[in-house]
Amino acid sequence: MSAAIGQEISRVDGPVKVTGAARYSGEIALPGLAYAALVGAGIASGRVTAIDTAEAEGAEGVAGILTHYTMPMVNHVPLLPSLLGGPAPGETFFPVQDDVIHYAGQPVAIVVADSLEQAQHAATLVQVSYAETASVTTIGQGRADAYEPDRIFGGVMPGRTERGNVQDGFAAADLRIDAAFRFAANHHNALEALTTTAAWDGGQLTLYDSCQGIKAVQLTVAALLGMSPSRIRVLTRFVGGAFGSKAMVWPHVTLTALAAQHVRRPVRLAVTREQMFTSCGHREEQEQHIELGAARDGRLTAIRHHKISVTSPFDDWAEPAFGVASQLYACPNYQGIHRLVRGNTMTPTFTRGPGEALGVFTLECAMDELARQLGIDPVELRLRNITDADPNTGHPWSSSGLRECLERGAARFGWARRSPRLRSQREGNWLIGTGMAAAGYPVAFFMRTQRARAHLYADGTAVVATAAQEFGTGMVTVLTQVAADGLGIDLRNVRLEFGDTDLPTAGSPVGSNGAMMVSAAVHNAATAVRDQLIALAVSDTQSPLHGADPARIIVAGGRMTLAGDGKDANGGETYASLMQRHVMNDAEAIGSWDPPPLDTPYGLLTFGAQFARVAVDADLGIIRVLHMTGAFAPGRVLNPKTARSQLMGGMLWGMSQALLEGNWMDPRTGRWASASLGDYLVPVNADAPKVDVELIEVEDPVTGPLGVKGVGEIGQVGSAAAIANAVYHATGYRPRELPIAAEHLLPHLPPGPAAEA
Amino acid sequence: MRPLGYARAADADTAIAMVLARPDSAFLAGGTTEVDLMRQDVLRPGLLVDINDLPLTGVDDLPGGGLLIGALARMSDVARSAGVVARFPVISQALLAGASAQLRNMASMGGNLCQRVRCSYFRDATSPCNKREPGTGCAALDGFHRGHAILGISGTCIATHPSDVAVALVALNAVVHTRGPGGDRAIGIDDFFLLPGDTPEREHPLQHAELITAIEVPAAPIARRSVYLKFRDRQSYEFALVSVAAAVDVANGAVAGVRLALGGVGTKPWRARRAEHSLLGRPAIQASFAEAAGQELALATPRPMNAFKVELARRAIVRALMTLTNGGAR
Repeated sequence: MSAAIGQEISRVDGPVKVTGAARYSGEIALPGLAYAALVGAGIASGRVTAIDTAEAEGAEGVAGILTHYTMPMVNHVPLLPSLLGGPAPGETFFPVQDDVIHYAGQPVAIVVADSLEQAQHAATLVQVSYAETASVTTIGQGRADAYEPDRIFGGVMPGRTERGNVQDGFAAADLRIDAAFRFAANHHNALEALTTTAAWDGGQLTLYDSCQGIKAVQLTVAALLGMSPSRIRVLTRFVGGAFGSKAMVWPHVTLTALAAQHVRRPVRLAVTREQMFTSCGHREEQEQHIELGAARDGRLTAIRHHKISVTSPFDDWAEPAFGVASQLYACPNYQGIHRLVRGNTMTPTFTRGPGEALGVFTLECAMDELARQLGIDPVELRLRNITDADPNTGHPWSSSGLRECLERGAARFGWARRSPRLRSQREGNWLIGTGMAAAGYPVAFFMRTQRARAHLYADGTAVVATAAQEFGTGMVTVLTQVAADGLGIDLRNVRLEFGDTDLPTAGSPVGSNGAMMVSAAVHNAATAVRDQLIALAVSDTQSPLHGADPARIIVAGGRMTLAGDGKDANGGETYASLMQRHVMNDAEAIGSWDPPPLDTPYGLLTFGAQFARVAVDADLGIIRVLHMTGAFAPGRVLNPKTARSQLMGGMLWGMSQALLEGNWMDPRTGRWASASLGDYLVPVNADAPKVDVELIEVEDPVTGPLGVKGVGEIGQVGSAAAIANAVYHATGYRPRELPIAAEHLLPHLPPGPAAEA
Repeated sequence: MRPLGYARAADADTAIAMVLARPDSAFLAGGTTEVDLMRQDVLRPGLLVDINDLPLTGVDDLPGGGLLIGALARMSDVARSAGVVARFPVISQALLAGASAQLRNMASMGGNLCQRVRCSYFRDATSPCNKREPGTGCAALDGFHRGHAILGISGTCIATHPSDVAVALVALNAVVHTRGPGGDRAIGIDDFFLLPGDTPEREHPLQHAELITAIEVPAAPIARRSVYLKFRDRQSYEFALVSVAAAVDVANGAVAGVRLALGGVGTKPWRARRAEHSLLGRPAIQASFAEAAGQELALATPRPMNAFKVELARRAIVRALMTLTNGGAR
């Protein structure tokens, strides 16, 4: 059936992006536009005793300043992930409402001026006085007061996961692995910082917002301001990256709207790069401790996995470490427990591969240790433990492919050539090692009804519309492909309309669900139009298709034909001829898709396997990744080109998490140690190794009409573990902290040439 | 950014006079550090005098084999200059190991020597910092100081000098030529960079309105075989954890001449004189290199988070000398 689906189609939005015609939220030209700057708290805990705005108000170009003395009060809105389709504030706390400071960088004032430079200068003139109290921002400071939350992750996950009896499982084990890990906090820092442009027209608010879900922005601002969503329109076509940082709707959006109301002009706020570290959540600092019990043959008998991390003063947030880590292997006895330290930070948030990236890192490093202790090849150990059913529920996987990922990934990587011996390969000054890890990422059916509209004109061209936005993943391209195939017309004849809350509702593409959920609605809309016209043709005595079985009619290139080799098979006719004969200018349908219920009797994961070859400088401990191979089974692949790009980006982010990215709180001040991209390192091109991706298509009857899962995050899961395991193979040193740094390795390297003297 | 004045000068004397007339003014060359720090409210000049029109962009060979590098020559132009590549590869390599291609196209050589430290406590415009606000203390001493210096530190400041090319220039005994209200002078490069001592706010001996006009590199046949090795977490566009500028002459298996300087570990580009002294006359073998490296690093006074740099620097020195001697003469 597929003319477009499955093809390596280049991005349909490529030309407007490379020519600069695509407009981002900070590029919307509006008459009378003013510019805002946020003033962030200089302390992490305490109270504001006074704010003196006199000098700032007198500065050139200043149009207005809002502080908690003047800011209107907003409603309290509970924290729920945007995937659920409702209001989705990033934290339940809303700033600039009172004098209490909960975290450093918390907005205490918003300054509006005629130009960006004037606003930023005036913001430095706002004098804020504080009464500071002691802050807690690290696990070390709050460990003694840690607690076990009932629910985490915006309430959608339990704090504790258990099955069987881990004590019994360890009693039955021949062998036990015990490993503890420490992880720095991570930040997303998309190329386009958080940016909002807000304009009021009477009681009607228009927002241009760099976000992952325009509906979530609309509903969140409506809930906070007590407005009807019908009075708020969000227009966002293009977003310069998000990676989870824009999955939730952070306070700056509503603050911008309130500032625009205050100065009675359109207002734009672009959060500065420094403020990005305190404006959109982060992956929290955490420690994980895992114990594995196994029989001599490698079969797991017990897994105990504990995590402790820092959350905010107001929300029980932990990224869930024990989703995939509890499901990958057929282990009968499992216990996972989250514990939280209440600290003076923002509420942490979805950060690419939330939870699973580090939960699976911990599990897969421990599995590598187990393989070493048992003398079993690491790939073989995984194969001995994989399962056909979700071990938490006993339900069969809707589709799996983990075995194929492990086997085909290993073949593609050349795993069989590996010597299990440690430190067995040296090239010049470099110790070479290889490592691998299995991977999984959930397919979660939390979303509400998805909708799209297909509109076919009598000339055989179509406009398909849905309220999604393009944030760099290639979503608009794959939706165009799905629409073309659903309608049975050529890709070039489809225009996708998107990025407007007045269009049919689509959820926030988060949690790797975008392609699955929105493509399902687009497919259903497109096929609804197709089916209308087929029905018209078979009932039309003048049509060559009159009386044919609609199920046997296929449409391609805008022509309906009767398939098969029966004597009635015929060339049919085009949509155009049918519609002209019936004096129809167009045909239109709304398509919708509801996910299966949450208790659908299937295990739901996307699977993958990761392989890495690294070089470690034998004297200096500097690590370079030489080669990464990933094999992934994301259901049906809508576009191998954009899918591969997504997966490759995820794998490189995993490398970044393994070797570069990390931030720590300075416990003396409660401020992040790094607040610039000069200090918080992400990879540059020179760091990128050869990356190859194997796509393994598996048929999935559960995940929507097209059987799509997702490629958004699975690429990152397991990537860091494969690298850490390769570092071990190269050097004999087991990394216990991310990012892995030269100073961790130095004491464990062979006595360098310097010491051989 | 604070409101400020901007003016442009076409010759050095005019530029100097303009800056001299206002105590809160500063020269503007490539601006790659200066403008960042103004945006971050760390530098607060009232007037910038743009000197990019000054005719100071030459990279000229001097009779006898030296070089005269104009203060406004761009890093990328110097790195590509034939005389530099042939006679002073360590300068070219150090330049290309620094910053990014875009920054190297913009940043001037004089500005490179004047660039400010990367210490995040200096740059946040908030934390106590004796360099930014003398007398307020040093937040790095007991803070996050993984990237900070282990050589030349004081109780007031442990910030690392960030330049790469300055490390090569220090190894080569370069001379900084300046012009100021008091006339022209020449400053040996090792004297150009000041240790923090009790005055970390003072990083070089330039007076207000004194302008670097050129950097002279004296002839040094030893430099024809020289290297700059830079070790860092990220492969490009990052400051060094440790770097080594080195040149060695070996005669009859013994070290007849050596130049050695370290980056990423000192509060100034660090000429490793103790190591040089230890090496002269010794067999050009790994044992000599290790002994010399150990002697230099015996001067180190690390803090907890940067203690690893002592061992890293020791090993980096040996690596550089082994590289130059093809694995050590045996």
